[in-house]
Amino acid sequence: MQIYLPIAEVSVNAYLLLGLGGLVGILSGMFGVGGGFLMTPLLFFIGIPPAVAVATEANQIVASSFSGVLAHLKRKTVDLRMGCVLLVGGLIGAALGVVVFNYLKALGQVDLLVKLCYVLFLGVIGGLMFIESLNAIRNTKKGKVPTRKKHNWIHKLPFKMRFRVSGLYISVIPPVLVGLCVGVLAAIMGVGGGFIMVPAMIYLLGMPTKVVVGTSLFQIIFVTAFTTMLHATTNFTVDVVLAVLLLVGGVIGAQIGTRIGVKMKAEQLRILLAIMVLAVCGKLAFDLLVMPSELFSVGAVGGH
Amino acid sequence: MRWLALFLFVALPAWGESVVLGLSQNEIAITTSFDGSEILVFGAVKREVPVPDGPELEVIITVAGPSVPVMVRRKDKRVGIWVNTDAVEVDRAPSFYAVATSGLLRDVLRDTEDLRYQISVPRAIRSVGAPMSITDAPAFTEALIRIRSEASLYQLRENQVAVDEQTLFRARIELPAALTEGAYATRIFLTRDGQVVSSYETSIDVRKVGLERWLFSLSRQQPIIYGLMSLAIAIFAGWGASAAFSLLRN
Repeated sequence: MQIYLPIAEVSVNAYLLLGLGGLVGILSGMFGVGGGFLMTPLLFFIGIPPAVAVATEANQIVASSFSGVLAHLKRKTVDLRMGCVLLVGGLIGAALGVVVFNYLKALGQVDLLVKLCYVLFLGVIGGLMFIESLNAIRNTKKGKVPTRKKHNWIHKLPFKMRFRVSGLYISVIPPVLVGLCVGVLAAIMGVGGGFIMVPAMIYLLGMPTKVVVGTSLFQIIFVTAFTTMLHATTNFTVDVVLAVLLLVGGVIGAQIGTRIGVKMKAEQLRILLAIMVLAVCGKLAFDLLVMPSELFSVGAVGGH
Repeated sequence: MRWLALFLFVALPAWGESVVLGLSQNEIAITTSFDGSEILVFGAVKREVPVPDGPELEVIITVAGPSVPVMVRRKDKRVGIWVNTDAVEVDRAPSFYAVATSGLLRDVLRDTEDLRYQISVPRAIRSVGAPMSITDAPAFTEALIRIRSEASLYQLRENQVAVDEQTLFRARIELPAALTEGAYATRIFLTRDGQVVSSYETSIDVRKVGLERWLFSLSRQQPIIYGLMSLAIAIFAGWGASAAFSLLRN
């Protein structure tokens, strides 16, 4: 069934969009990532104008994250306190990111920088996570108990706060900084930032994996809602028909994904996320390195 | 498809031959289920005198979407990766352009006449003022035509206009699903020996209607309300799915 999108001004297959939404929703619920880093390139591929894809994706992530968070709240695997601290940093970061994005746009080549950002971050994070999870799996097989570093420089910082759900007593400075950095990157790359946030919470803040997913989703809701409003009021590129189709699939997928995620071991979950992140990274790097079949591209004047 | 025939009469030009035109529809409504459209352009040649001797009468029909400037970019390899390096702004390029002719374009239209009336696809695009650093500006216009032709946005349909008795003519123009709003200028040229003997112009109104119209207007006029509405839908859908799933489990 073809459907005409009023803002994107293209006609697309509705079932295809529902399917894409569902698939990305499952991944979103499983890993606590918004799925933007997967969905945005997929939307480009089916012919949605990039500006509309980025903006609408933000709106869709709000829905799938909200659906996911509700599932996690019932299981009490959301650290609301940590989420709020991260969010403070995230919103400041997102605002900063928009400023940086507009500055880069004025310089031109923003497209390339966004892609390089993707390749770099996806590559580094995916790689590190893959190695770490592999080691963790190997250690459990040998019967070693995984040891988490309990004390490092992070514990010497002031403004300590108790995060009961995460079982942490740490300074608020690292979570705010993590939120800030993720916010900046999220705004530049047009994603929720879950794929950076999740590893940062596990490895930098030392939060238990079970809590990480729900907490990440919690703060993604607000950051992407903020981004959606920014896009809707400045660029007029949020396509609500496209968003509805994606999110109907997405919210159902997120519920299924959350249930699959609970049944899996933390290491397995992490290694799967790592493989997915590396695959997207590989695809983007491949596109940059291999000669494209069409060297020319047509775009609007003033846009990118 | 609505068969809203529209007949228009025009005064006779000096040549003694003029166009009486009919369109299967003079308005195309983009609804949510819009999946492209087809318009039938048909008409007759009106003349006070008998059909003149000499070369046969040929008919050319063009349909053009609204023109906007576009940026054509070219990738080049720099430090091992493919990046956009050169860009040429094409000052005027129709979002849609179709040419249907009764014979081969080169037979029915002379180059000088094409230049004057801007009939063929390359002539309908205007590109001036490429940056000094770019020596092969025409390659950019060619790329634009190639990309849009592949998307059926630019069409050259030779031998697609049927002409009977040098008087009646008809052609079908297919409009793709990815259509933008606006007035689509429709022109009919009558040619003899490659010379334009008469021309006629009208326009087809392509516009969004119903829900499409409402959402589009809201997003432009009340962006804050539109944004909040999008968020509300997202939150509601997220909650709805969650509630539905817990009901299913219990």
